[in-house]
Amino acid sequence: MHEIKASMAGNVWKIVVEAGETVEAGQDVVILESMKMEIPISTESKGIVKEIKVEEGSFVNEGDVLITLEA
Amino acid sequence: MRKILIANRGEIASRIIRTCKELGILTVAIYSEADKEAPFVSQADEAYLLGAPRVEESYMDMDKVFEIANQSGAEAIHPGYGFFSENAAFAKRCKEEGITFIGPSPEVIAKMGNKIEARLLMKQAGMPVVPGTDQAVESAEEAVEAAEKIGYPVMLKAAAGGGGIGMVSAANREECVKAFASNSERAKRFFGDGSMFVEKKIENARHIEVQIIADDNGNVIHLFDRECSIQRRNQKVIEEAVSPFLSEQTRNEICMSAVNAAKSIGYVNAGTFEFIADEQENFYFLEMNTRIQVEHPVTEEVTGIDIVQEQLNVARGKAILIDQSEVKRIGHAIEARIYAEDPHTFFPSPGKITTLIVPEMENLRNEVAVVEDYTVTPFYDPMIAKVIARGENREEACDALIAGLEKWQIEGIKTNKQMVLDILKSAEFKDGNTTTDFVAKYYLPNSKK
Repeated sequence: MHEIKASMAGNVWKIVVEAGETVEAGQDVVILESMKMEIPISTESKGIVKEIKVEEGSFVNEGDVLITLEA
Repeated sequence: MRKILIANRGEIASRIIRTCKELGILTVAIYSEADKEAPFVSQADEAYLLGAPRVEESYMDMDKVFEIANQSGAEAIHPGYGFFSENAAFAKRCKEEGITFIGPSPEVIAKMGNKIEARLLMKQAGMPVVPGTDQAVESAEEAVEAAEKIGYPVMLKAAAGGGGIGMVSAANREECVKAFASNSERAKRFFGDGSMFVEKKIENARHIEVQIIADDNGNVIHLFDRECSIQRRNQKVIEEAVSPFLSEQTRNEICMSAVNAAKSIGYVNAGTFEFIADEQENFYFLEMNTRIQVEHPVTEEVTGIDIVQEQLNVARGKAILIDQSEVKRIGHAIEARIYAEDPHTFFPSPGKITTLIVPEMENLRNEVAVVEDYTVTPFYDPMIAKVIARGENREEACDALIAGLEKWQIEGIKTNKQMVLDILKSAEFKDGNTTTDFVAKYYLPNSKK
C-alpha cells in the first residue's frame, strides 16, 4: 500500500483520478490550492487507486493522506 | 467624495485608508472571519463583517459587498488589486447602484481583460506584441506550423490555463510535438480544454512596465517604468523604479507607447502596461493591468506622486493633478515582497506570527498586512508585507533595503526574507543582471535547505 500525502496545507481543488483507476509513476492525482497557488500532487509509483480520502473543497494539512494506492 | 468602501484586504486596504485619511475621506472596511484581527479592519472608520474565510463567501460575494456599501452610505468603492479590481461586472454594478467605481469603465476592463482582444487592440494602436498565434491551435501539427512561422524557441501556453500550469517551452520541431501532446493532455485534465497558444519565447527577458494615469478629459501621463523581472512561480518578488536596464531612449519610447495606447482605448484612471523586453531592448506588450498594482510604491518613491490620490481625483471627474512636464524622477527605489512561504520550495506557510518587529528607518517604507499574534491563513495571497527603500541611486536604495530587512524580525512562519536578502546581496543583482530567469539561474542553485 502506498500513501500519497499533501505537500502543503490547503484546499483540495480537484481530484483528477477515480477509485479503481491505474495510475503511472509521475501522474498527477490531486491539485491542491493554498494562498492562490495550485500544486499538482503526483504519485511516485505505479498502482491502482484504492481509496480517495478527501473530497474536492475539503481542507488538508501538510502530511495528510490524500489517496491510497495498491501496487 | 465623503466616504469610500474598500473592497479589499491586507496591505492595500491599509494603503488606501492612509491616503483617504490624509484627504479627510471616511473609509469603510469589509472583512472576513479570518481577517478579524487584521490591521486594516481597525484602521478604517467603519468595518463590516462579510462572512466566512473563503473568498466566495466573503470578498468575492458581490451582493454582500453592495449591501454593505449601501448600508454604510459609501459613495465610491476602491477595489485595490485582485478580487473585483478587474471585474467588468462589478464595475458595471457600481454604475447601476449609483456608486463611483475607482477604476476604468466596465467596457475597458472587459476589453483589456480578454487576452486576445487586448493583443489585437494593442497591435492596432501600433504597440509591438510578442510574435504568436492570435487564435488557439488545436493539434500538434498546427502548433508546429505556427512555431515554424514564428521561429524557435517558442512557448506553448494552455488557452484555458493560468498560474503557471500549462506553460512549456520548445526549442525545435520534435520538442514542439512532444510539448503539445503532454501539455494539451494536462490542460484537458485540469481545465477541460486542451487547446494551446504558441508564442515566441523571449530569452534573457526583462519584465518592464509603465505606470500611467488618465483622466476623463483625455489627458494621459506616465510615471516612468518599473522593472519586475525577479519572480518566482511567475509572481514578482523584487521590483524597482526605474529599470536598471533600459536606455533613456528606449525608456522614452516605451513610456510614450503606453501613453498613446491608453489614449487609443479611452482609458481613465491608473493603469499599467506590462511588457517583456529582450537583450536588444526590443519590447513587446504582454497585458494591461486596469488597476493599482502591488508595486506602485516604487513609482511613488521616485516621482513623489501619490497614485491612490490621483485615482480618487480622476474618479471624481477632475483633471490629473500634475502635468507630464512636472513629473520628475529622483533617485531609485526597490521593493521586496515578503511572502509567508518556504523560501526553497515556494510552498505556502500559513500559521501564527509569534514575533514581528518592523524597523522605522530613514528611506524605508513598510507596507504591512499583519501584526504580532496574527494568524496567516491559507485562504488568501501569501504576501504579508512589502518593504520599499529609496536612495539617490540604485546602490543606495539596495543598501537601504538590505539594512531595513536585516532589522525586520518575523517568527512563527516561514518567509522569503532571507531569500530576498541573498538576492539583494548577490553580485548578479548588483550588476543589474535581473532577467526573468534570475531565481532559477542564480538563487536556486545556491539555495541551501
